[in-house]
Amino acid sequence: MKKKVVSGLLCAVMVASLTAGCGAKSTQTQETTKGSTTETTSKEAEAKKEEPGKEGKVINIYVWNDEFKARYEDYYASKLPAGYTVNFVTTPSENNAYQNALDEALLNQADAKADDKVDMFLVEADYILKYVNSDSTLDLKEIGITDQDMSKQYDYTKVIAQDTKGAQKGISWQGCPGLYIYRRSIAKDVLGTDDPAEVQKAINDWDSFDKTAAKMKDKGYYMVSGFDDTYRTFSNNVSSPWVNGDKVVIDPKIEKWIEQTKNYTDKGYNQKTVLWAAEWASGQGPDSKVFGYFMPAWGVDFVMAKNSLAKAEADGGKQEAGNGTFGDWAATIGPESYNWGGTWLCAAAGTDNADIVADIMKTICTDDATMKKIVEEKNDFVNNKTVMEALAKSDYKSEFLGGQNPLQMYCDAAEKIDMSKISPYDQGLNESIQTAMHDYFNGTVDKDTAMKNFYTSLKEKYPELKTE
Amino acid sequence: MVKEKKAKTRKKVSYAKWGYIFLIPFFATYSIFSLIPLINTFYNSLFENYRSGLTHIGPNFVGFQNYISIFQSDLLKYFGNTMILWVIGFVPQIIISLILAVWFADFRMKLRGSAFFKTIIYLPNVIMAASFAMLIFALFSDNGPMNNLLMKAGMSDEPIRFLATVWGTRGLIGLMNFMMWFGNTTILLMAAIMGVDASLFEAASIDGAKSLQIFTKVTMPIIRPIFVYVLITSMIGGLQMFDVPQVLTNAQGTPDRTSMTLIMFLNNHLYSKNYGMAGALSVILFIITAVLSLFVFFILTNSGDKKGGR
Repeated sequence: MKKKVVSGLLCAVMVASLTAGCGAKSTQTQETTKGSTTETTSKEAEAKKEEPGKEGKVINIYVWNDEFKARYEDYYASKLPAGYTVNFVTTPSENNAYQNALDEALLNQADAKADDKVDMFLVEADYILKYVNSDSTLDLKEIGITDQDMSKQYDYTKVIAQDTKGAQKGISWQGCPGLYIYRRSIAKDVLGTDDPAEVQKAINDWDSFDKTAAKMKDKGYYMVSGFDDTYRTFSNNVSSPWVNGDKVVIDPKIEKWIEQTKNYTDKGYNQKTVLWAAEWASGQGPDSKVFGYFMPAWGVDFVMAKNSLAKAEADGGKQEAGNGTFGDWAATIGPESYNWGGTWLCAAAGTDNADIVADIMKTICTDDATMKKIVEEKNDFVNNKTVMEALAKSDYKSEFLGGQNPLQMYCDAAEKIDMSKISPYDQGLNESIQTAMHDYFNGTVDKDTAMKNFYTSLKEKYPELKTE
Repeated sequence: MVKEKKAKTRKKVSYAKWGYIFLIPFFATYSIFSLIPLINTFYNSLFENYRSGLTHIGPNFVGFQNYISIFQSDLLKYFGNTMILWVIGFVPQIIISLILAVWFADFRMKLRGSAFFKTIIYLPNVIMAASFAMLIFALFSDNGPMNNLLMKAGMSDEPIRFLATVWGTRGLIGLMNFMMWFGNTTILLMAAIMGVDASLFEAASIDGAKSLQIFTKVTMPIIRPIFVYVLITSMIGGLQMFDVPQVLTNAQGTPDRTSMTLIMFLNNHLYSKNYGMAGALSVILFIITAVLSLFVFFILTNSGDKKGGR
């Protein structure tokens, strides 16, 4: 009898613990699936109450690559007050992955512990509007960054990061005017000169660009690496944003990119590579037959300089002329001025380390001395007119560009940039149309099918958009 | 004394209830982790519920609107893709597995080191599908080792762009699924064949049957229930194909979305937090899988009856 009681009890306990454990879980999941706006607002209020005096010692910065991390390590890390640590949370940006991860974190911001809160995050031009127009970003004035601090910055970098009421929600240390970066040795072989001014004459507009491409082909070279290389020169010069209201509009410039790339592919002017792929990157290295790449300053420093080396830095190689194609490049304006990318720093609403966030921003994005060093040491194009104009007239030399001083060209292009035609959906739409059109360029499908695939994929990414 | 007592209590106490009590944990876990989510998914599929930027839209009740949009989209195409990808992998898989299983189980062949080979053929399944797909992606990329090999051997002048063609991509996915699963299938089929009474094989060979005849007339009919089980479970697994094509095509199902499987389609909706559409698609997938499972259930129970009657 006793045994039976004991076993019965055991049974009951087991079942009880099981259901209890699971019960707790199921309510939790229900809560997270709800995750609706009403709930978060009430919780935000709660969180605000307990905030004062509860500052975490960890500064969380959301990023999608190592670019800003490198800037931070080189130009701010030593200034960080003792006891604090900076934690970079990296999610690759492709396929909206970074935005999704960031959204998740921002929506949970109110519930997060002080050390887990997002303090600062980085955004790209392609989706900056989504964040500056939300409540997740702080007005920079609130954390002590004044108009005076930003007075030397290029206008477009400021305007793009303002919400509809004109509050400044983001700040950038770089400008991203793009140039055409070409191989000097190939230019000499085909055009007979590697002088940027002379080469510019050969690619001054798209018609002459086409003609030069044909010459390259005759000598066994490729004008551009692949499908997506000229994309930004078109997409950044559109006459209307991607999305009008909730309707997707295909701009004539985008049509022109499709037509041109198909033409180049069929004629063999490109190597059929896809942006960022291994084949695309190796086109910048030794043994490459690619004439040039459309790149902004960050692309030259952060991408091409590394890819150009015959002996990689990891194997003990150095970024110096003679190692691979390093030093065999030069910059010229190309057929059209454009902007590609750019990184803005935003202070996350609910941050517990606003002072440090503001100090990082001030140091990297507004301090003349620091910014000058960034240009001289890293060849980046900084968002500071005074520094850039001075350096453009100085004897600054880019080793990668064979001793050329390209800064005046960048400065001129930066003044021409118009970023008023962006939409919050740009990243998803730009990626989707490129992916969909690759099939058309490869000859797998006709253009209508590719278009249809583009619409299908954006329906999945942005259910609220209308396509026809 | 003791025996008498026990006999008495047995009369009074129904032991059946203990059976039910011991079943409770299973039903509790099942309903919490499977049944409730299932019902919840169906419930969610009736709502418009997604995130636009940082604002949440819905949930608004829309009835079966999500199902209508799903059927208006390319659902059938993705179903077709999934089935084609499964067949490409399954056909070679079942042939090779059958041959290997028969060889390994054949007592007359006395293969040496069969335990060694059984381990080896199972190994690809141990590797994570994602890393396997990355490996194949690197091997077969435009400048990859495979193309180098082909060009050095003079079999091709230009690099073959495997992943830019429909059948190149599908073929690679099939190849991976084949390599990952044929070991598993071999072991299942081998177990089935080893369960067959050896005297049947002996009798057949004494009667002068050739090995092919033994295979078609003796082995296959007897292992048919297991064979059908393997077929259906593989088909259900195939319906849920995700990781290999997802990683190989970088989540795009390229080219022309011909390697986009149903679960990748589902993942696209979930990725943009579109719970309504994802829920509807999940319910459709559940129905397809349930039908297949019922099919295998009836086949297995029917064959059980036959055995009982024999």
